[in-house]
Amino acid sequence: MTQAAPETPPVLALEGVSKSFGAVHALRGVSLRLHAGEAHALAGENGAGKSTLIKTLAGVHRPDTGVVLLDGEPVEFHGPADARDAGVAVIYQEPTLFPDLSVAENIFVGRQPRRSFGRVDHRAVRQAAADLFRRLGVALEPDQPARGLSIADQQLVEIAKALSFDARVLVMDEPTAALTGSEVARLFGVVRALREQGAAVLFISHRLDEVFALCQRVTTLRDGALIASEPVDGLTEDDLVRRMVGRDLDELYPKQDAKIGGVALSVRRLTREGVFTDVSFDVRHGEIVGLAGLVGAGRSEVARAVFGVDRWDGGEVEVDGRPLPPGAPSLAMAAGLALVPEDRRAEGLVMDMSIERNINLTGFASTSRAGVMRRGAERSRAVDWAVRLQVKYARLADAVSTLSGGNQQKVVLAKWLATDPGVLIVDEPTRGIDVGTKAEVHRLLSQLAADGVAVLMISSDLPEVLAMADRVLVMHEGRLAADLTRAEATEESVMAAATGRGRSAA
Amino acid sequence: MTVTTDQEHRARPAGGSGSRKLLDTVLKVRELAIGAVLVVMLLATQLDNSDFLSQQGIKDLLLNATILVLVAVGQAMVVITRNVDLSVGSTLGISAFAAGDYLSGGGNPLVAVVLAVLLGAALGAVNGLLVSLGRVPALVVTLGTLYIIRGLDSVWVGSRQITASQLPSGFAGFGHDGLSVIPYLALLTAAVLVCVAYYLRAYRGGRDLYALGSNPEAARLAGVPVRRRILTAYVVCGALAGLAGALYLARFGNVDSGTGTGYELTVVSAVVVGGVAFTGGSGTVYGAALGALLLTSINSVLPSIGVSSVWVQAIDGFLLLLAIAVDRVVALRVADLLRKRAAETRSARHA
Repeated sequence: MTQAAPETPPVLALEGVSKSFGAVHALRGVSLRLHAGEAHALAGENGAGKSTLIKTLAGVHRPDTGVVLLDGEPVEFHGPADARDAGVAVIYQEPTLFPDLSVAENIFVGRQPRRSFGRVDHRAVRQAAADLFRRLGVALEPDQPARGLSIADQQLVEIAKALSFDARVLVMDEPTAALTGSEVARLFGVVRALREQGAAVLFISHRLDEVFALCQRVTTLRDGALIASEPVDGLTEDDLVRRMVGRDLDELYPKQDAKIGGVALSVRRLTREGVFTDVSFDVRHGEIVGLAGLVGAGRSEVARAVFGVDRWDGGEVEVDGRPLPPGAPSLAMAAGLALVPEDRRAEGLVMDMSIERNINLTGFASTSRAGVMRRGAERSRAVDWAVRLQVKYARLADAVSTLSGGNQQKVVLAKWLATDPGVLIVDEPTRGIDVGTKAEVHRLLSQLAADGVAVLMISSDLPEVLAMADRVLVMHEGRLAADLTRAEATEESVMAAATGRGRSAA
Repeated sequence: MTVTTDQEHRARPAGGSGSRKLLDTVLKVRELAIGAVLVVMLLATQLDNSDFLSQQGIKDLLLNATILVLVAVGQAMVVITRNVDLSVGSTLGISAFAAGDYLSGGGNPLVAVVLAVLLGAALGAVNGLLVSLGRVPALVVTLGTLYIIRGLDSVWVGSRQITASQLPSGFAGFGHDGLSVIPYLALLTAAVLVCVAYYLRAYRGGRDLYALGSNPEAARLAGVPVRRRILTAYVVCGALAGLAGALYLARFGNVDSGTGTGYELTVVSAVVVGGVAFTGGSGTVYGAALGALLLTSINSVLPSIGVSSVWVQAIDGFLLLLAIAVDRVVALRVADLLRKRAAETRSARHA
């Protein structure tokens, strides 16, 4: 192992960095030192501040307090270009590609090789992109447009982008979430080679085994604060989870016994071409069914299709025995379906509108008479649900954007629970919310199931799925790879199915 | 890049080449289609009225198109960045009057053209600064500057008028004459068109315009100097509107405070008909130029086949809707095909 000598200053470091967005403290006094030739893992739950930290290193955010050090000297990045020029390459969790440009152009935007008179050398761009793809061992054509690439391919283009210049610091935010085993192995090979040549690597992954396979040090964040920064040697996965979560897992997952009733939601051979294929499952009243799988496996897309946001190309959906027409969310709502979407800021809430208005977006039918809204009915509906879900707010008229992530999520839940659904689909219900609220959301889901609601819970948080679900469905590349009972579902069995290894065993 | 991990591993022939060709074809066809419509329309008119494509007829067609093409080229640059400049009509008007005012006082024609270009560039810079710094929608900002510039123009010009008799004869000649059937104005416009097209294709600054129109947030993260690029696009757009003003003066010799009113909408139509997507990131200035040529040709075609020119606007509008409908249908079909192909490639790869 190449361990940097202690006296050489870190290539890139943060000292006592804090960053707030409005009332949300994303980072509180965090320090991080990235040494040449060292792969450093950043661990923490969703919402712990990892993405903010990365964006600070990348020059996107400037710290409110604290400094960024480059080779031991304080430095101020005025934008992503400054960080890039300092040799910081970043692979973001969400691919940031230009759909209208070719894959090769995507990689070299702003840095194209040039020939005489400053003209872009298109041939060299293509050639360099082809070389990168060869090194990564992926079958991508430099000339194809980025539009229409799968998530995995988009992620590979991002990786190629980061590798395309001699980075002194390589930051990777969940680069492997959508990749297959062989693609991950190849990526790790390239990263190790870079590290041996003296690059510093910052690696984020929710797959803890990858952290142990690739990294020498690990820094753990919780709620924006630094919990520990230590060598990976001698740590166990359990140690790391305890640092990330900060409390016993049992109280985080209250699971009540519920009486399982008749089939509430029945999905048969549902197909949307190129997105998911031949998906069939049932969810019964009183049951919580977990839908697990890797990012990009098609889980959210199935939920969107069932609810009618996207059309499906083939198959059937029935709610309480009655067929649902494709592509009609309002009919799905009328049939008793509710969907709490994955991205609450973009899809779940109207951020500038008040708490009351947001909750009542689903309530026109129940709060209006002859097409005229009744303020009193609206108000009592909103108060009722805000109080029931213990939303912490100053006034109901406040914009939801002033609430913390956890309370925003409660407002989305309130909006849908107020429709008295028979089937509740929740997509990543606890992503990016603090541990305390997380437990409240879990208690709520459990209570709903006990009351006879059928709950379909999409989650990338494996412990959450294992603890809360009566049954676990696992998707792999657009297909249902496994249907596991609560007893069969373990971290190993779910991950095996999610990564496509379970197929032969099942 | 210096690391090499595994040389002998060769990328497999990609399944993506099919979709690339498909998209390439669609993009090329987009411009070919307008060209074809234009040619068919002109030939059909010629069959109906054999005087239509006479020497003078061709010359008129080109002369009529030049000014719109110039402004459309500038506008296309702005639209590619997912913005718009509605003030081009006002800019054209005030630049034309400035050049005319200077010339009627006995000025040098070349200086007059430079003056118009500089004035246009300055107004473009104002637009660019407001849009890029203010982070306000370009539609609203440039609607504001449209009225402000028009207002200043009215105050300054009042009821005055520049007429051809006040201009040096050489300048008016420049507006009418040419090399055989090709007017000087058309040559100048073609030169500008080729330069801008080359810049957009072959320079980082040009490629950045496509990038930031395609995905502004990704452009920011990739270190593209977003503000500077948007400012550049607006300055060029303004400068070309200014140049178009000078050419307008040379061609028509007649400028008052109302010159160029409503021109912005014709320009935007030409750009969109020419296949420059209003959502940014795609299209070429050649397409925009063809769109402008098509729209101005209709103006000449209708009278010569005996259709009343009152139909011109309705037909322009119809073309605009048709162009957008075609774009939408093609985009949906391409997205569908790419989606299915990606799925096939993926399943083939993991089979």
